Amino acid sequence: MIVSVASGKGGTGKTTVAVSLALSISEEEVQFLDCDVEEPNAGIFLKPRIKEVVPVSIPVPRIDQEKCDFCGRCTEVCAYHALAMLPKKVLVFPHLCHGCGGCSLLCPRGAITEVGREIGTMEIGRSGDIEFIQGRLNVGEAMPTPLIRAVKERARKSMNSTTLTIVDAPPGTSCPVIEAVKDSDFCILVTEPTPFGLNDLALAVEVLRKLGIPLGVVINRSGMGNDKVDFYCQENHIPILLRIPFDREIAVLYSQGIPIVQRKKEYMERFRWMMNRIQESLLI
Amino acid sequence: MDDESYTGVIVDMKQILVISGKGGTGKTVLTSSLAVLAKGAVLADCDVDAADLHLLLHPVVKEVQDFWSGQKAAIDDEQCINCGRCLSLCRFEAVKTLKNQNGSLKKLAIDPVACEGCRVCYYTCPVDAIRMEDRLSGQLFISETKYGPMVHAKLGIAEENSGKLITLVKQKAQEIAEAEGKTWLIIDGPPGIGCPVIAALARVDLALIVTEPTLSGIHDMERVVDLAAHFGVTTKVVINKCDINWNNTQAIEEICQKRGIEVIGRLPFSEEVVRSLILGIPVVEFSQGEIAEEITALWRKIEAIFQEEGVALGDKKEERL
Repeated sequence: MIVSVASGKGGTGKTTVAVSLALSISEEEVQFLDCDVEEPNAGIFLKPRIKEVVPVSIPVPRIDQEKCDFCGRCTEVCAYHALAMLPKKVLVFPHLCHGCGGCSLLCPRGAITEVGREIGTMEIGRSGDIEFIQGRLNVGEAMPTPLIRAVKERARKSMNSTTLTIVDAPPGTSCPVIEAVKDSDFCILVTEPTPFGLNDLALAVEVLRKLGIPLGVVINRSGMGNDKVDFYCQENHIPILLRIPFDREIAVLYSQGIPIVQRKKEYMERFRWMMNRIQESLLI
Repeated sequence: MDDESYTGVIVDMKQILVISGKGGTGKTVLTSSLAVLAKGAVLADCDVDAADLHLLLHPVVKEVQDFWSGQKAAIDDEQCINCGRCLSLCRFEAVKTLKNQNGSLKKLAIDPVACEGCRVCYYTCPVDAIRMEDRLSGQLFISETKYGPMVHAKLGIAEENSGKLITLVKQKAQEIAEAEGKTWLIIDGPPGIGCPVIAALARVDLALIVTEPTLSGIHDMERVVDLAAHFGVTTKVVINKCDINWNNTQAIEEICQKRGIEVIGRLPFSEEVVRSLILGIPVVEFSQGEIAEEITALWRKIEAIFQEEGVALGDKKEERL
C-alpha cells in the first residue's frame, strides 16, 4: 500500500506527519520515500544509515559531428528548444532537455546518441526497521521530476504486497507533486487552520481529485487560527483524520529534529489509529 | 526557466525577491508587509502553484490573460490501429491502455497530466493518428491593490511549466514598473530550489532569504543560498521565529557569517501574525507591537543597503545579463 503525504502550502507539517506515521507502524514492512528532492528533510528526523548513494541521470543527446549532415531535423523535433542549429554545428543545451529521446530516434543519419547527465543523487539506507530512500537534486538543476521517478522506481524493487510505502511529497500543486503522489492508494493532505492553509488545501484537493486519489486531511497547529478548514472539509466530504494541536513544545521538538512520537508516545497510538482509518476507508 | 524573452534592462528599478528553500517560513507574510512599507511598489506573486499573496493584499483584477504553454498529444480513435508504437516510445508513461471487460485491448489514450508534449508519438505514429493540441496552462492577472499594482497568476490544476509562467509574471511586473516609473518591484517567491525558483531569481537585485531556526530550515536555507550564489544573486538573510530555538538561531548566524552573508532581520514568533492572517491584513498594518517594529526596521535596512550598495548591486546585474 502506498500512502503519500502532500500539502499545497509548504511548511504545514508534511514531514512531521510522514515521519510520525512511519515510526508508529510496526506490524508491516515500512518504506519511507523522501520525494521532496529539492529540499529533503525527513532524514533529519529519521537519521538513516545511508548504505548506497546512486547518481541519477537523464539521457541527453550527443551529436556525432562526423555523421551529422546539418539537416536540422533534431532542432525541428525538439519541443524544448534544447538543440540549435549553427551553419556547421548543432548545439546542445542539456539543461533544457527533458530526455524524451525524440532527436536520437528521428535523426535520419543516426548521428545522435544519448548520454547521461547527472541531475541529483538517490540515497538508500535504513532507519531501524524502515527502508529509507531519498532523492537530492543537485543545486542549480531545474527538473526534479526524473529524480522523483527514479526514487519511486527503486522503491518498487523491494516492495511486496504487505509493504507500507510512505511518500513525503514536495509542496505545491505542479509537476513534482504529481510525480510524487501518482500511484498512491491514499493521500494525506496536511494543512493548518489559516486562510493560506485553506487556500492551498483546496488547490491540492483539486489536483488529487483530478488524479482520482482518495484523500483525507490532517490539521496541524489545530486551534491556532479559525474553523474554515473544518467547514471546507465538511462541505466537500473530506475526512479529517487527525488534529495536531498548536503547541510550542511540538514546535521546539521539530526545530531540534526530534520526531514527536519519540517524546510524546501517546501520538503513536493516534497515528496508528489514523492508519487504521485510512485502511478501513479503502475497504468500503 | 525560459530566458530568451528578456531584453529590457531597467537600471533604476530595484527588484527584491523573497525566497526560503523550505516552505512555510513566512515569505508571504513578510512580502505583504514590505509591500505596505515600500509605499507604491509593484508587487508580483511568483508562487504560481500555491499563490497566497492575494489573501493579504486583496487585488482587484483589471486584466486577465490566458497562459498557453506547450502542447499535449491526443489520439484520434478513428485513425488509430492500436499498434502500440506510441506506448513503447513514450518515456513519460503518458500512453494508457484501456481494456475491454474481457481484458482485451480496447484502445490507447493519452493521459494529459503525464504528457510532457515532447511530440515523439506524433512524429512516429505510422498512421498519423496523433495530433498535438495547445495547452491552456493557467492565467495571469494584472491587478490593482491599495499598495500598488500587482501581477499574479494561477497555474491550471495539474499543469506544468510553472517556470515559464513565473517568467511571464515578472516580465509584466517589470513592464508596469517601467511604465509607471516605480522604484521597487517586490516579488513573493516559490519554495524549493528547482525550476520555479530559478525562474524567479533571474535578474533580481536582492534575494531575501527567510529562514527559521529549525534543522530543516537551516538545511534548506543552505541549499537556496548555494543556488543564489550559483546564479550570482546577492542575498541577505532574515531569521523568522528566531525565539523558537536560540541555539539554531545562533547556528544560522554563524553559517551566514562564514559565508559572508548579512543577517538583516530577526523576527520574533508572534501570535499577532496569525491574527493578522485570519483578518487578511499585512501584519505591519495590524500590529503596533514588536513584530511590526522589527519588520519596519528590516525595511529601513533594505533601503539603506540599496543606498550604500545600490551601485554594486546594479553592476552585478549588468554582468549577469
